[in-house]
Amino acid sequence: MNILRGKVHKYNKDNIDTDVIIPGPYLKIHDHKELGKHAMEGLDPNFSQKISEGDFLLTGKNFGCGSSREHAPIALHQVGIRAILSPSFARIFYRNAVDGGYLLPIEIDSEVIEKISDKDELEINLDNNTIINSTSNEVFKIKPFPDIISKIVKAGGLLYFKI
Amino acid sequence: MGMTITEKILARASNKNMVSPDDVVIANIDKVMVHDVSGPGVIKVFSEWEKKGINLDHIWNPDRVWISEDHFVPASDRISANNITLLTNWTKKYNIKKHFKYGLGQYGICHTLSHEEGLVLPGEIYVGGDSHTNTTGAMGSLAVGLGHTDIAYVLMYGKIWFKVPETILFKINGNKPEYIMAKDIILKIIGDIGTDGANYKAMQFAGETVDRLSMEERLTLTNMSTEAGAKNGIIEPDETTFEYLKTRTDKEFSPVKGDFDASYSDTITYDIENLDPIIAKPFSPENISAVGDLEGRSIDKAYIGSCTGAKLEDLRMVAKILKGKHVKIRTEVLPAAQSIYFKAIKEGLVSIFLEAGAVVGPPTCGACCGAHMGVLAKDEICISTTNRNFPGRMGHVESQTYLASPIVVAAAAINGKITDPRNEML
Repeated sequence: MNILRGKVHKYNKDNIDTDVIIPGPYLKIHDHKELGKHAMEGLDPNFSQKISEGDFLLTGKNFGCGSSREHAPIALHQVGIRAILSPSFARIFYRNAVDGGYLLPIEIDSEVIEKISDKDELEINLDNNTIINSTSNEVFKIKPFPDIISKIVKAGGLLYFKI
Repeated sequence: MGMTITEKILARASNKNMVSPDDVVIANIDKVMVHDVSGPGVIKVFSEWEKKGINLDHIWNPDRVWISEDHFVPASDRISANNITLLTNWTKKYNIKKHFKYGLGQYGICHTLSHEEGLVLPGEIYVGGDSHTNTTGAMGSLAVGLGHTDIAYVLMYGKIWFKVPETILFKINGNKPEYIMAKDIILKIIGDIGTDGANYKAMQFAGETVDRLSMEERLTLTNMSTEAGAKNGIIEPDETTFEYLKTRTDKEFSPVKGDFDASYSDTITYDIENLDPIIAKPFSPENISAVGDLEGRSIDKAYIGSCTGAKLEDLRMVAKILKGKHVKIRTEVLPAAQSIYFKAIKEGLVSIFLEAGAVVGPPTCGACCGAHMGVLAKDEICISTTNRNFPGRMGHVESQTYLASPIVVAAAAINGKITDPRNEML
């Protein structure tokens, strides 16, 4: 799972918060399929229909700010998102995404956002920390995972990582 | 070189002499909290892990765990009612004794119980399944919010990994004018540094103003460190902390303070003597203005509630403004815990609210997170003592929330519009 390929969906907005990723009334729901239906409902009501298994998100900085609700990475994982590219992530979202084994939070330089278009096909390579934009044939660097994150990602989540 | 309080707590909990920012440590945890939203999430993680053959007949230490029913109480529908039943059965199964149940004595918002009941002590590491767990750092503890998987892990093993955060020191000086509350100070800070201004970092509050602040006011500062993205908010414990705890617990504790030569990634100083009352406009806590600049803007509803804005002192300040007056817009007061509700009745505050025409409701997170108990309609405009105002936070995605101190919210309630509280307090 060191190379991921998929289509990217671009939402170039900073501070996309957990209240729009999965609104408060759905916090009582713990059925993952049901949560998936409401992913990103506060930003794009048709989001879940646009996503296919293995797709990526591209967003502005501080993605996932707000609450600690693990419903957020769960809902995004459930609709098929496997990685999110952003200049930065809110810390609890980042932790939940990795420790729960739901999806990869990939940190990129903010200039990269302009160089990737909605629906571009990307290849994320975690071995050499690059993204290849297969649509435009450009290559970008990604910020390598810190050692602990890399190990948890490889293990498939915190449960499988012996500390 | 010395360590900050946050670094010292992490070093002690991971059996190290010294830690520095960016080190990864495995820390032993002292206290854990889950509520009626994170609890069922943790139960779901447990059931997934059991399917994978993990033995979960018991948890690490049930005496160090407490449960709070706060988000969906009173039960808003069948799903949330079922969640409470699920949680109740689960706490029985794992022999967790401290379950604060709605309608059964003391209960309330988890963060309020953490201090009101003296559940977390100075020097301890406390993790909770809620982002505003940061609140409790005002007790001189390291209080960090985590998701379901991490909490499930702590419940099994009693420890978890942390990256040691850098600390930003906020030194707050100056005499606090009577119309200024801790809420104005923290909104000003968030406005200055932004909602990611302290991402992955610790926010430590100090200075002569903080030294003089009451425990409840200090809790407002740390509560909203979450809105700046902080891993934790923290205040070194002092006599105010120890006095506060004296009536709430007889448990012993070993407090920690930072070293004199500790290193901070940044030191930001405020003089609040001339600070104007602050308000955060829709749709972000960083979107601040002086209240006076928005004077006269129409409001539909005033909300006084939540872990950050319905502590006893918050209610006292609201009562001071509402006394002998009538509210012009729908005004809801929901004390943050049953004990606070009861004290507010005994002090005559509830009578003042009722005489002013406000409704007083049971403690719940309900409307603060747009879940139930008074959510906002499309285009409805609310002024609130709560801590978030992202789109849809308190109801319809096209509703609007202004965040402000209890004084500013009460002043808006009696005028039906945004009002500089200095005009009401003369």
